[in-house]
Amino acid sequence: MDIVVCIKRVPATDTAIKIAADGKSIDPTGVNFELNAYDEFALEQALRIKEQLNAGSVTVVTIGPKDSKKQLDDALARGADKAVLLSTTEWMFDGAQTAAALAAWIKTVPCNLVLCGRQAVDSDNNQMAGNLAARLGFACVTEVGKLTLENGVFTAERDIEGAREVVTSKTPAVISCNKGLNEPRYANLKGIMAAKKKPFVEQPAQLGARGVEIQALTLPAARAAGKILGNGADAVPALIAALREQKAL
Amino acid sequence: MSNIVVIAEARGGALKRPSLEAVTAALGLAKQTGGKVIAVLCGSGLDAACAELGKSGANQIVAIDGASFANYSGDAWAKAIADQCKAHAATAVLMAHTAMGKDLLPRVSAQLDGSVLTDTVELAFAGGAFTAKKPVFAGKATMTAKATKLPFCATLRPNNFAPATGGSGAEVQKVAAPGGDLLAVVKEIIAAAGGKTPLQEAKVVVAGGRGLKEAQHFKLIEDLAAAFGPGVAAVGASRAVVDAGWRPHGEQVGQTGKVVSPPLYFAIGISGAIQHLAGMRTARTIVAINKDADAPIFKVADFGIVGDAFEVVPALTKAIQALVAGK
Repeated sequence: MDIVVCIKRVPATDTAIKIAADGKSIDPTGVNFELNAYDEFALEQALRIKEQLNAGSVTVVTIGPKDSKKQLDDALARGADKAVLLSTTEWMFDGAQTAAALAAWIKTVPCNLVLCGRQAVDSDNNQMAGNLAARLGFACVTEVGKLTLENGVFTAERDIEGAREVVTSKTPAVISCNKGLNEPRYANLKGIMAAKKKPFVEQPAQLGARGVEIQALTLPAARAAGKILGNGADAVPALIAALREQKAL
Repeated sequence: MSNIVVIAEARGGALKRPSLEAVTAALGLAKQTGGKVIAVLCGSGLDAACAELGKSGANQIVAIDGASFANYSGDAWAKAIADQCKAHAATAVLMAHTAMGKDLLPRVSAQLDGSVLTDTVELAFAGGAFTAKKPVFAGKATMTAKATKLPFCATLRPNNFAPATGGSGAEVQKVAAPGGDLLAVVKEIIAAAGGKTPLQEAKVVVAGGRGLKEAQHFKLIEDLAAAFGPGVAAVGASRAVVDAGWRPHGEQVGQTGKVVSPPLYFAIGISGAIQHLAGMRTARTIVAINKDADAPIFKVADFGIVGDAFEVVPALTKAIQALVAGK
């Protein structure tokens, strides 16, 4: 099975977001970037499927700035066979545009399975898998927390409101991965050395027209400072009174 | 004419409440565009859901009904819904940001080659263009964006619009569900054990963190949640305790978990890492209980108690039990 894993370089989750002077983007000063957390589960699952079948390939791809090479190199070091950087200078927040550009590229390579994280934790769109699948004519299952493959058919489990859904899917498919799917491996020294010899392709992303345009990026209003009601269990009656006064109880 | 399609969701024959919220948003847009609101839904046995939608104020209802649609299949449903969007010349397509909405709407948008924004909290149509606001970076910032390609497809965060109730029996058009090859299909739905309240729908969230010291001490959190009575409170957890394996990922509140916005939120033994705050800062009232008076959680909490969770929480549980019993 030839697997494509879509990844994204995003600000680390402990980043305090500051808005840039243009009022439409984030100020990158002092921001650490990392591999989107959900994409780690997608990469790990791809490596496990290849190990299970003892055949096929794992290609990691991203659309993003040239600095994304660091995250692609990390994926190679963890075990991916090939990395592709579709380079752009823009922040990819437009889900339809991203999916269209990825679909155009995926159609040019051998691929029976696309794995991605359930969402990138910057734009928080959670829409890439379905959008991509529809453009490729692939099956799709999103926010998967458990996945098994038998005789070319996937059985996936996903959380829905108050229940768990069991979905069967044919291949080719796009599957978006949730936390809890697996325990991702990290790169070891041998992997890092091997990664240096693996194929790395860089080409400009073929971006079509934008579907959405950012008009403004704003920070939420700060919450008013709260009140410490006291110390220990003795403060419980004061808390109950305060909550009743606010009609919170 | 600029019509708005709402994709409604029925589970087990019953209409989901967030679908009525989406109708409210659509009616607001239609007032500006001058078009109609058409609610489209898929499934098998949709009469009850259609009757409820009929009272929402939507101008027309299209039910794609049939045995082949008894179980959810994103690929087949998206095609059938996209056909209806084309037939009704929809310039906007809305759906609630539920598990199904997140799965289905992006596919419909791709079938229509439209633009897409998800988890929106505000929609407008002005100067001939749709605009939307949505939280990004897990709510650390809000993006305002304009659709430059139609149809504009959006999911709406639940509990953000009032459910629509302003109509009386809209026309229902029945469309036979197409048969054919389903690529992916739901085989089974397993209800959560013990009728747990879903985290994002709970009126009260009681969340615990590292301050509880051991997985087994989450009993304190569970007891406090239970004290509110059945169906009221849900248990949440910080990333640290989920990563440590104490609690399932489904309970994680924060940037790599769920974003919650309940009327009342308890943060117990949670210091308030930036990515946790992102997931709960829009709760109406926040209570923090923490040993460390300098913990960042106190900066966002409305009320705080400095103290040991093992001492404070049982006392609080007793007080809530007494209050609930007295009601």
